[in-house]
Amino acid sequence: MNRPDGKSLVLALLCGLQFSCGVLWAGDWKQFRGNEANSVASGESLPTELSGSTIAWKAALPGRGVSGPVIVDGRVFVSASSGYTQNRLHVISIDAESGMQLWQRQFHATGRTQTHEKMANATPTMASDGQRVFAFFSSNDLFCLDLKGRLLWYRGLGREFPNASNSLGMSSSPIVVGETVVVQVESDAEAFACGVDVASGETRWQIQRPRAANWTSPALIPGRGGRAALVLLQSSKGLTAVYPESGKVAWEFDKGASTIPSATVSAGTVYVPSNGLTALKPGADSVEQLWNSGNISPATSSPVVAGNLALVLNSSGVLNAASLETGERVWQLRLRGTFSGTPIYARDHLYLVNEAGVAFVVKPEADKGTIVSELDLGETILCSPGASNGGLFIRSDSNLIKLAAPK
Amino acid sequence: MVGSGGGRANVFRTALLLAAILAVVHVGDVLAAKKKERPDAITEAVGILQSAKVAGQGSRENQRALVALTGSGERALLPILEGFEKATPEGLNWLRNAFEQIADAQRASRKALPAKALRAFILDTANSADARRLAFDTLAADDQTLFDELIPGMLNDPSPEFRRDAVQRLLQQATTAEGSAATELYRQALSGAVHEDQVKTIAEALRKAGETVDISRHFGFVSSWKIVGPFDNREEKGWAVAYQPEAEIVQERVNPDAEYDGMNGKVRWQAIETTDDFGVVDIAKQIENFKGSAMYAVAEWSSPSQQSLQIRLGTPNAWKLWVNGALAFEREEYHRSTQLDQYSVTVQLKPGVNVLAFKICQNEQTQDWAQKYQFQLRVCDATGVGVLPGPVVVRNGVSQKTALNKGGAE
Repeated sequence: MNRPDGKSLVLALLCGLQFSCGVLWAGDWKQFRGNEANSVASGESLPTELSGSTIAWKAALPGRGVSGPVIVDGRVFVSASSGYTQNRLHVISIDAESGMQLWQRQFHATGRTQTHEKMANATPTMASDGQRVFAFFSSNDLFCLDLKGRLLWYRGLGREFPNASNSLGMSSSPIVVGETVVVQVESDAEAFACGVDVASGETRWQIQRPRAANWTSPALIPGRGGRAALVLLQSSKGLTAVYPESGKVAWEFDKGASTIPSATVSAGTVYVPSNGLTALKPGADSVEQLWNSGNISPATSSPVVAGNLALVLNSSGVLNAASLETGERVWQLRLRGTFSGTPIYARDHLYLVNEAGVAFVVKPEADKGTIVSELDLGETILCSPGASNGGLFIRSDSNLIKLAAPK
Repeated sequence: MVGSGGGRANVFRTALLLAAILAVVHVGDVLAAKKKERPDAITEAVGILQSAKVAGQGSRENQRALVALTGSGERALLPILEGFEKATPEGLNWLRNAFEQIADAQRASRKALPAKALRAFILDTANSADARRLAFDTLAADDQTLFDELIPGMLNDPSPEFRRDAVQRLLQQATTAEGSAATELYRQALSGAVHEDQVKTIAEALRKAGETVDISRHFGFVSSWKIVGPFDNREEKGWAVAYQPEAEIVQERVNPDAEYDGMNGKVRWQAIETTDDFGVVDIAKQIENFKGSAMYAVAEWSSPSQQSLQIRLGTPNAWKLWVNGALAFEREEYHRSTQLDQYSVTVQLKPGVNVLAFKICQNEQTQDWAQKYQFQLRVCDATGVGVLPGPVVVRNGVSQKTALNKGGAE
C-alpha cells in the first residue's frame, strides 16, 4: 500500500475543512453576492474564454427584475415582477443543469410597487438557508417557500409599515444567518431593520434605523474562531454591526457611508464604501480604521476583494485596484459601459457584466488587470450574477442565462 | 302457554329490535347532523388561509391548511377562488399559492382542470377580481382561444387587468382602422381605460381626429382648490407644526375669510384652479416656489351617499391628507420622484359635502431635480375608475352649508 504523499494529505485536510465549514464548499450560491455576501465563488471554476458556445442555456422569465439568481441544490431561484403596476410578484425555480423551469409561483404585492423605471419591484436578490428560499421585493413583501414552491410563511412588511417605502424603489437584499433572515427596510419616511425567524416568519427583533433613503444590502462577518457572526447594516450614517439572532449592536462606525454600494468582508477586514473606500478592522465591541482611500469610489457595484487587491468599479466603468494593505490605487482598467451589478471573483478571475449586457472576464494581477475575454449577451443586465458548479448565472431583463464551459 | 309465552317473547324481541333500529337511526341522524354542522376539511382550510394574520402569526396553522387543501386536489379549486372574496391581503397570497400548487399538480398528472366551472367563475363579475384573473391566467395558459373569447366583453370589468387587456385589443384594432371607424374604436377604448399610458395614447389619437377629451374628468381629478401659505418649513421643521389653518382643518372649521401669519407676512386663502390634463396643481409655477415652506389646500367633494372610495395622489413633496378633519395619511419624503397614483388612500366619504384638505411641504434642496412643488389628487374606485362628485346637496332650495361654502339660494 502506497503511503499518501504530503500534497495529498494537505488536500485531504483542506477538503475536510471546507466540508466542515459548509459555506466554503462550492455548489450553492445562497444569497446576494454569494454565501458570505462577499462576491467570491470559492472553489468555482468558471469558463474564462467566453464565446457563444459558453452560453449553456437561456430560460425566459415571466417579468423584469434587477434581482440576481441564487442556486441551491442544483436549482436556480430568481424573482421577477410584472403587470402594469408591477404588482405581480414571481418566484421561479429552474433546473441549473438543463434550464428547464421546475415551477413558478405568483403572488400579489401588498406594499407600494412604484420604482424608478430602471429598477423593478423584483430588485432585491432572493436568499436561502438551503431548505427554504426567501423572496423579498421593493414593495417589502417577504415570502418564504420550500424548495418545491410551497408557501411556508409570508410577511407584508409594506402593509405592516406603510411609510417604509421609496418612490424610486427599494433594493436591499435579505441575508440569512443561522435561524434568522435579516432585512433592511430604510427610507426617508420610515426606516427599520428586522430579524425574522426562518421557520415561523415571526419577528425576532426589530431596530430603528436612520430615516433616510438607503439601497444597500446587509454584509456578513462570518462566525469563525469562536467569534459570533455579525451582520453589517450600512447607511448614510455609517456601519452598524449587529448580532443576527438578537439585533443587539456589537459596534458602530459613524463616519458615514454610501447608500448604494455595500460593504464587503474579506479575511476579517471590512471594506466599506465610505468617503471613497475605507478598510476597518473589527474588534469584539469596537472597530478600528485601517485606511481610507478617497480616490477609489465605488459607484453602484460593491467592492470585491481579489487576492491582495480591493477591486472597485467607478461610475465611468473603470475598474480600480487598490492595495489591501494601504488602500493605494495600484492600477486601473477601463472597461466599456456602466455597471449596476457587482462582479464575481472565482479562481483568479473577475466576472463583470455591464448594463448593455457585455460580460467581461478580467484577470487581476499585482500590477495590472487584463481583459481575458468578453461576450456581448445583447440584453440589458443590471443584476449581480451567481456562480455554481462551473456555471455563471446571469439574469437579464427577460432571461436567465447560464454560461459554462462547453461540454 | 309456551306458544303464548313465545309470542310475548317475540313481540318483546321485535320491540327491542325496533327500538334498537330507531336508536341506530337516531344516532345516525345525530351524527349526520353533526357532520353537517361541522365544515368540511376544504371549507375549514380555506377559512384558515382566508383569515391569515399579519406579522407571520399562525404560519404553522396556515401551512397545515395549505397541505390539507393541496391534498384535496381539484375539488378545492373553486372553494379556494371563492375564498378570495373575504380574504385578508395576507390570506390572498396563501390562497393563491394553494390554487397554483393544485393546478400544477393537475397538469403534471395530465388531469384536466374544471374548465367549465372556472370559466363561469371568471364571467361572474360579483366574484373577486383577483380570483377571476387567477382562474383566467390558469385556463389561458392551456387555452389560447380564451383571450379572444372573453376579453372583448371585459371593457368595463371591475378588474383593472381585464380592462387593460380589453382596451389594448381595441387599440390594436384602431391602429388598422381608418377615419370614423378608428375614432369610434378609440372612444370605446377610452370608456374602459384606467391606466395613464393607455389614456394618453387614446387622447392623443382622439384629439388628432378633432375630438374633445377631458382627461381630468375621466380620471376624477380635483381641479378647484383653495390654498393658503407659505408657512415656515425651513430645516423641514414646519412639517410637525400645526399652523392655524391645520388646526381649523382638524376641527372642521376652516374659515375661508381668515387671515393668518405666514412666513413672509399675512396670508389668506386664494382660489386656485388647474387646467392640467392630469390635475397637477403647480405651486411653484402658479404661485411661487417658496423654499422651506408649507402650504395648505382644501377642496369640497360632494358625495351622493356614504361610500368607500380611493384618493390617489402624486407629489414629490412631503404631505398630509385629511378627510373631514381626520388625518387619512401623511408622508415625510422629499423629491423621490412623482407620478400619477403614486399613493393610494382608501377613505370613507359621508353623504353630502366632504372636505379634502392637503398640507404640502417644500424643503430647501438646491438641486435642479428638487425644485418641484406640486400635487395632483383624484377620487376613484378600487378599479381606478374616476369618480366625480355627486350633485350638490340641496336642502329646501339652499345649498348645504360648509366651512368653505357658506351656502346660498340655488
